[in-house]
Amino acid sequence: MLLDNFYDIRDLQNLVEWITDPLNGQLAYVVAALLGCVAILSFIGATAIINIWIERRVIARMQARLGPNRVGPMGLLQPVADALKLIQKEVLVPRLGDVPIFLLGPMLIFIPPMFTFGVVPFGENMAYVNLNVGVLFIIAFTSITTLLIFMAAWSSNNKYALFGAMRVIAMLVSYEVPLVLAAMGPVIFAGSMSLQDIVQFQKDNFTMLVWIQPLAFIVFLLSATAEINRSPFDLAEAESEIVAGYLTEFSGMKWGLFYVVELVNAIVSAGVVATLFFGGWWLFGLEEWIPGWLIVIGKIYFFYFIFMWFRGTLPRLRMDQLMAFAWKYLLPVSLVNILVAGLEVTLWLRNDWDTGIAFPIFGVINAGLLGFLAWFAGRTLAGKMAEAPTRAHMGTPLGEIYRSPA
Amino acid sequence: MELTVEYFLTVSAALFAIGLYVALSKRNAVGVLMGVELMLNSVNLTFIAFSRFTPADNQITGHVFALFVITVAAAEAAIALALAVVIYRLRRTVNVDELNLLRW
Amino acid sequence: MDDLGIVIAFWTLSGLTVGSALLIVVTRNIFHAVLALIVSFLGVAGLYVLLSADFIAVAQVLVYAGAVSVLMLFALMLTPRQARNNAANYLEIPGLLLSLVIGGLITVAAVSTDWAEVDDDRGFDATSRLIGEALIDKWVLPFEIAAVILLVAMVGAIMLVREDQ
Repeated sequence: MLLDNFYDIRDLQNLVEWITDPLNGQLAYVVAALLGCVAILSFIGATAIINIWIERRVIARMQARLGPNRVGPMGLLQPVADALKLIQKEVLVPRLGDVPIFLLGPMLIFIPPMFTFGVVPFGENMAYVNLNVGVLFIIAFTSITTLLIFMAAWSSNNKYALFGAMRVIAMLVSYEVPLVLAAMGPVIFAGSMSLQDIVQFQKDNFTMLVWIQPLAFIVFLLSATAEINRSPFDLAEAESEIVAGYLTEFSGMKWGLFYVVELVNAIVSAGVVATLFFGGWWLFGLEEWIPGWLIVIGKIYFFYFIFMWFRGTLPRLRMDQLMAFAWKYLLPVSLVNILVAGLEVTLWLRNDWDTGIAFPIFGVINAGLLGFLAWFAGRTLAGKMAEAPTRAHMGTPLGEIYRSPA
Repeated sequence: MELTVEYFLTVSAALFAIGLYVALSKRNAVGVLMGVELMLNSVNLTFIAFSRFTPADNQITGHVFALFVITVAAAEAAIALALAVVIYRLRRTVNVDELNLLRW
Repeated sequence: MDDLGIVIAFWTLSGLTVGSALLIVVTRNIFHAVLALIVSFLGVAGLYVLLSADFIAVAQVLVYAGAVSVLMLFALMLTPRQARNNAANYLEIPGLLLSLVIGGLITVAAVSTDWAEVDDDRGFDATSRLIGEALIDKWVLPFEIAAVILLVAMVGAIMLVREDQ
């Protein structure tokens, strides 16, 4: 009954009716959901494979090396060669570890970035789900990563893995606080937690939120870099201190999955930053001419380049510097930012100011705030941070953290 | 079939019973805390279920209550786990069976 | 709420929630018990989504699955000499009886009562805005008290576990 009405490719209406007709139209939901899943999965898979090559080449160029250039033209087939090598390697499983959890860890670690990608809009009507708590959803599911890393570390029954997990958890939990507070800046201005609404706000007012909220952008970018465990915040796998952190016992493709997830997380964070602060699929009217998803991908790769730039040029922080940076610097600064943003939005909405005049003024005020806080907090709060630590953090053996009282 | 509030209440009751059993019967203090969290979750489920089946302009009250329960549960978990760590530091155990200093 | 999808989702999610809660009881390893607890939390979050409470669902994932369970894992890690066998204490049999009685009573009361339900076809209103307005309008005093409780709990937890200098 489908083929009777199906003359050529333009006759898609019949196909749509065939899909929507049975089961009270619920089949359409299932098909749409599956299509979205396949799209997200293939985008993530393709970018992960390409990014292995891009990242290695770009960082090699930054460090005046050549990078992979032997396999295929310009080394383009290097990811394939790496994958083949990793698949062939034996997966070692620690005998005294928690084997089912150990095998589960590398599989489950892919779930949070996938979930997060579901709410990032790629076009005007092109988001997998347009949740009206999208920003909170992203934060919630990135916090699941903490648990999965802990699972991987605990199940490998290895001291260095536990050290790495402890560092990851301390770091992720600390940096989540400034991350949430910085994400609240755009949310306050747009008046909605849906990412689609935030993009729509930037389109309606013909501005990117980074100009109105520069301080929130800086804090968000730095916290996001910490959240995805990238250099200079990659203490969890600091190979000069704790072998490879939570990855110590993983080998072969299990290790490869963790490695790929790191790249995928960077892509997801870049997408969130691009959507919250840089207008997502909107680019000064250009989205009328080229598809929105191309704009989003372009912005994603711009921020991915910034993440690579961080990685290629900045040295790794020490543990106490890292925690002090989150709690003593980013947290107060982002609290001040929320206060100022709230005041501005209240004044703007109560007095019904013209956005064309009000937003540039807010932008100038907030840029001044950024400069002042970076200078002032750097003098007062971060000055103490640079001193030598008075005592080692987490310097005692893990089982002996608390000595029994005499 | 029609899902009514009774289905959700039954799930909530099952969660509450399991949580009560876990809280009463586990030897490890962390296990006891897990039971308490399960019970709080079941109460939250009841709040949300009732708020779904009241008129729509009134449903926010249940959500606000659930939010307060979540807040208090987070505070309670932090304090309880800090207590567990302190007790471990003093007594080298967090077995609730062995913590009987106050017995006369 | 009689859509086929919603019914399937309800049975799947409640099976997941109650099943992993039962796993907490029967598992022999307390680390696995915490993981089962996390799955149970996520199942409850799914039930919240089913009940049109998206903000509460995300808050559940954020606070319970993301924070409380991490605290539990930390507490497990900081008590290394403690046995990990998730054994029961001397209250096992009385606890079982008591929980069966109470669970049965609640179930009977819930099923036999004639609740005044309103089952309109309610979609996803943006509950976050309504919750925010309710929190700073009608419920502002409990809101402030909750904030104070959180602050006191944070300071108290830090003071409890602080090592003496």
